[in-house]
Amino acid sequence: MTAAPLAARLLAFLTRLITGVRARWVGSAPTSAQRVYYANHTSHLDTLVIWASLPAAIRARTRPVAAADYWDRPGLRRWLTGQVLNALLVERSGGSGSREALHKIDQALAAGDSLIIFPEGTRGDGTSIGELKPGLYFIAHQRPGVELVPVYLEDLSRILPKGEFLPVPLLGSATFGAPLTLAPGEDRHAFLQRARAALVALGEHA
Amino acid sequence: MNLLKDPQMLLLLGGIGSLLALSSLIGWVLARRVRDDQARLVVANLNARIRSWWIMTAVFVAALATGGVGSVILFALTSFFALREFITLTPSRRGDHRTLFWAFFVFAPAQYLLVGIQWYGLFVIFIPVYAFLFIPVRSALSGDTEDFLARTATIQWGLMIAVYCVSHAPALLMLQIPGYQDQGAKLLLYLIVVVQLSDVLQYVFGKTLGKHRIVPKLSPNKTWEGTVGGIATASLVGAGLWWVTPFSPAAAGGIALLVCLVGFVGGLVMSAIKRDRGVKDFGTLIEGHGGVLDRIDSLCFAAPVFFHTVRYFYT
Repeated sequence: MTAAPLAARLLAFLTRLITGVRARWVGSAPTSAQRVYYANHTSHLDTLVIWASLPAAIRARTRPVAAADYWDRPGLRRWLTGQVLNALLVERSGGSGSREALHKIDQALAAGDSLIIFPEGTRGDGTSIGELKPGLYFIAHQRPGVELVPVYLEDLSRILPKGEFLPVPLLGSATFGAPLTLAPGEDRHAFLQRARAALVALGEHA
Repeated sequence: MNLLKDPQMLLLLGGIGSLLALSSLIGWVLARRVRDDQARLVVANLNARIRSWWIMTAVFVAALATGGVGSVILFALTSFFALREFITLTPSRRGDHRTLFWAFFVFAPAQYLLVGIQWYGLFVIFIPVYAFLFIPVRSALSGDTEDFLARTATIQWGLMIAVYCVSHAPALLMLQIPGYQDQGAKLLLYLIVVVQLSDVLQYVFGKTLGKHRIVPKLSPNKTWEGTVGGIATASLVGAGLWWVTPFSPAAAGGIALLVCLVGFVGGLVMSAIKRDRGVKDFGTLIEGHGGVLDRIDSLCFAAPVFFHTVRYFYT
């Protein structure tokens, strides 16, 4: 077990080295407040990048939500997701799977963890941000005390695009915006549009 | 290479150390004397620059002290970081991914390998011929034709400026100059000192005397007073350092002037790219200076011209 914290530091260092990512906090500061970081998704590196760009103390309490079908494979991947990243593995959305996933997310939030999620549900091509899945609204509705922080990831699809396995060492960036909460009487559609607009705006800012 | 046994080398290094110490002292005094916020920002940036100069000098001298290998590796890493900044800033598409992989992990290391094994004939044509031809082929094979020429030319340009041009600095170590055997490290140090001193002096003269801008749309900080003062002074210093080179005093002055002028226009070109892409700096790696490419922009242009001038007239 003692190998895991060491591996975590090494992994965070390597991720920052390869992707050159710097965290830019434009609308919030890195604090220990319980948060759900939600980001645009274009690369397998995304999860690692957000996790690695958080300060070590916050990183230790922040769990990436990852797709079980990709990450829960025997060997290195399972060890990484389970022991090092302490990831929350969920079945990809669709039918009863998504209800179970939301239940797991809610449990983790009840336990006081911060989370990293990708509400588009799948990786995009890096040019535009897709519609957000309703899970984000569910979290905002169930857990009003949790800050929803938009994170815009830039250039990661150029470092490791969908379908490639060799990274090209460009400089990516992660921009952390101002926290969102559900406004009184705001419906699901309006909230998801606002959350998506916050991501788009961060992209234009960056 | 007996860097520490060469008295000329030690004298030059001592001079650089004294200059840095003097700068730190001036920076310290300025920081105590400034009052208004605007000036405080300028002085804070100045002191950040001086601190970075200490670090860059230490790294460079350590690399020189290990002999040829250390210098080649240092410049290879410099090229790698510079190429990274350049490609990040310019648009590329999904179809360029494999091409870029070749640029970073095959062409750039191979170019420095050629410098290391001192294979001049291939070193001088490897990127302009072979990489030049390979890049459009690899991108064409990916089947994406949108902006094809612009994308291809961008990658070629990045390799040329950040890798090929910069590699001419450590390539100075392979020149066989009669009566100046195995002293290439001094020539490399001379080039770096003249180019960087020219940059620094242009900044100092510009900040103190600068009034008339040369190309206001391109670079608001470049003034006639700063440029002429900086280049003239750096060329005089270059002439005064003739004793570390195989040049006569007059030739040293002429070559230093050439290097400073080429470096200056190189800086203008790199500024034009930055303005076009809407950024102030290429990166953030070097505190106070910006990115690696911001620091070496004039060297990119000056190194190949200096290399071939020396090679033509002195070997």
